[in-house]
Amino acid sequence: MADDTLDLKTLTDDELVAQMHDDLYDGLADEIVEGTEILLERGWGADKVLNDALVEGMRIVGIDFRDGILFVPEVLLAANAMKAGMAILRPLLAETGAERVGTVVIGTVKGDIHDIGKNLVAMMLEGAGFEVHDLGINNPVENYLAALEEYEPDILGMSALLTTTMPYMKVVIDTLKEKGIREDYIVLVGGAPLNEDFGKAVGADAYCRDAAVAAETAQALVMARRAAATA
Amino acid sequence: MLLPLLEPDEERVFEAARPPRFVARSESALADSDLAQGEVLVLACGALAREVLAVIELNGWQNVTVRCLPAKLHSRPERIAPAVDAKLADIAGRYERVFVAYADCGTGGALDEVLDRHGVERLPGDHCYGFLTGNAAWEHLHDAEPATFYLTDFLARHFDAIVVRGLGLDRHPELLSQYFGNYRRLLYLAQTDDDDLRVRARAAAERLGLEYEERRTGYGDLVPSLTRFVEAPAAA
Repeated sequence: MADDTLDLKTLTDDELVAQMHDDLYDGLADEIVEGTEILLERGWGADKVLNDALVEGMRIVGIDFRDGILFVPEVLLAANAMKAGMAILRPLLAETGAERVGTVVIGTVKGDIHDIGKNLVAMMLEGAGFEVHDLGINNPVENYLAALEEYEPDILGMSALLTTTMPYMKVVIDTLKEKGIREDYIVLVGGAPLNEDFGKAVGADAYCRDAAVAAETAQALVMARRAAATA
Repeated sequence: MLLPLLEPDEERVFEAARPPRFVARSESALADSDLAQGEVLVLACGALAREVLAVIELNGWQNVTVRCLPAKLHSRPERIAPAVDAKLADIAGRYERVFVAYADCGTGGALDEVLDRHGVERLPGDHCYGFLTGNAAWEHLHDAEPATFYLTDFLARHFDAIVVRGLGLDRHPELLSQYFGNYRRLLYLAQTDDDDLRVRARAAAERLGLEYEERRTGYGDLVPSLTRFVEAPAAA
């Protein structure tokens, strides 16, 4: 098969990036690792590889998932491929000391052990330049409060998959209000049974319908908050 | 009692119970002229077809037609409310009363918005595990162990189609830990006493690497909910 014998090194930069988008779409982790290494060898900065090859490729995956062309297994495979590329880039990005867009604390709420969507969001946020502190699953409000104090993030992200657990987001937000710290953070919520009305009802700043939207929303709201602070 | 087995993608109608009982037809084969005026309709999740038909059979209700939407919607809850909406619009005015045999089923209130608009009621609670177990009992179960993956009779019967193939585990078994790594146990909520389903449920737990438990629920809140609806006096 022609694709099996394709030598990525023979491709131009543009061709290689396009090929990496295809490979990401197909969940080919080994090829993503190889493509990442080739671009770095050619003198690309880690941030440019991340943005142009990986994040853009994952954005395409996200669109096709939203449109019902791709399904959860394919998205997971693509995410795994992106993670493989990011494992190479992460230390390089840390070395360059590139300024972070912001800091995020994210976790699945109490009573809920689902994390596939939350993990995708965390990955896309990291790809978008955020420092991400992932609290994992089944988080009571105390975990969120401790992490907010420790990491002083710009954003608190909460995820839930179950209709029975999503109301807990309001418990967390109401606790922030009671403590007078709600306005210190941008609060983003997401999860399959949620919608925009629910996000408003619980007092979040935004509901994010998927990982790509979460990354875009996080960037936009952090920039808007900083602009407002300096105005 | 011989009850039908629906495949996960099947959409079927079981007409009101004149002998022979439960004449099953495909949705596309049902012309307008076939539809009986004045009957009660239960619009059900295909995953509940057997249970709904069993309750009707046991009670001897003669005036209930059951329409089933594809059970595979169980795995795509965002599609449930639009599918129910379309079906209710399609059958508007053709039945004296309509009941929807879904819970919220992961629609996050979207199903209730549809039902409010159509003036139709549904099963109580958040999902089938809840009303089959009894919602209060299920909440207690879930609080005790949130890391539980649930099977009903239908899901035990169609585990390969809904879970294994539905999640792509047949093609990509390496994804198993990403899907189920946070689960600890599989709890089979049994509607019937069926050794074959018990074997299937145990095998499912083994395949997913989870501890196996089972609990006999019977038809749970399905019975009082349907009874109250079907036996309620017709509006004047």
